[in-house]
Amino acid sequence: MHELAITESMLEIALRHANERHARTITDLYLVLGQWSSIVDDSVQFYWDIISDGTIARGATLHFRRVPVLLACQDCGKEYQPASEEFSCPNCGGTHVKVITGEEFHLEAIDVEE
Amino acid sequence: MTVRIPVVEKILSANDRLALENLSRFNAANVFAINMMASPGAGKTSLIEQTVKGLQGSLRIGMINGDIATSLDASRAQAAGATAIQINTGGDCHLDAVMVQSAMAQLDLSRLDLVIIENVGNLVCPAEFKLGTHRSILVASIPEGDDKPYKYPGMYRGVDAVVINKIDLLPHVTFRMDFFKKGIEVLNPGVIQFEMSCRTGEGIPVWLDWLGAQVAEQKKAGN
Repeated sequence: MHELAITESMLEIALRHANERHARTITDLYLVLGQWSSIVDDSVQFYWDIISDGTIARGATLHFRRVPVLLACQDCGKEYQPASEEFSCPNCGGTHVKVITGEEFHLEAIDVEE
Repeated sequence: MTVRIPVVEKILSANDRLALENLSRFNAANVFAINMMASPGAGKTSLIEQTVKGLQGSLRIGMINGDIATSLDASRAQAAGATAIQINTGGDCHLDAVMVQSAMAQLDLSRLDLVIIENVGNLVCPAEFKLGTHRSILVASIPEGDDKPYKYPGMYRGVDAVVINKIDLLPHVTFRMDFFKKGIEVLNPGVIQFEMSCRTGEGIPVWLDWLGAQVAEQKKAGN
């Protein structure tokens, strides 16, 4: 399943940054997941336990920070979280929007023992 | 001593980088590539059949099909006249840039003008994984319902064109076209939309003209 490839990517990024600092172990990974990103975090945890074994990231805790979708109406400037079946601006009804947050999928930081 | 190291790196950056390599390879060979996505049964393969039949007189078409187990779809494309490569993903729910790279190696790009990549039937995962194509197309269909942009915003946001297939079924199902289109418009303003029926043929010529023009434009830019 595809969370394996994603978890491998996470491990590669984390190890690369830890090795640059000559860290002994990685204790925590901080992931940011936007509401509109299509990733399932339970599957990530499952694969993480398997593939981090044997690396300095073994046993590291995964933290998932979920970011809600925030849209900004380009017509009236209002920032809002869209309703489930209505994306247009609740203030002016406008449909020209910019996505401020909600599409993230990145590794924000790691904690290491030096 | 525990130290926090800022990383701020996108998890999918490795796939994105490989996708760019794929795109370069397509450009170097002067081949236009499209990524066709949809939920199962929306009509991706039917549209590909119609596209191959309609354009093979003027374009040399290759096809890469990603599916969980069968080669049925690749066979249909071949029957219509395309050179087809089948990737059996063995259970993965989407194609990624790695798979496309290896499929590209099996196609003689120097003998092709257009490559159509048929992604795995799925509205969730393919949205996240760039393949390195010039355009990505979502095939939606009337029987799926008009709330799909609201349920799958990631997919609707990320595509260059939306095909609304099976319009011949509009008299038989409840489908609020305004509601559907409003969802798309907010997520992906100005996205190109095609309404068609692969079964009756309605709307296909407009699609063929558009795709043919895209290929021609890219060839001109390449030379």
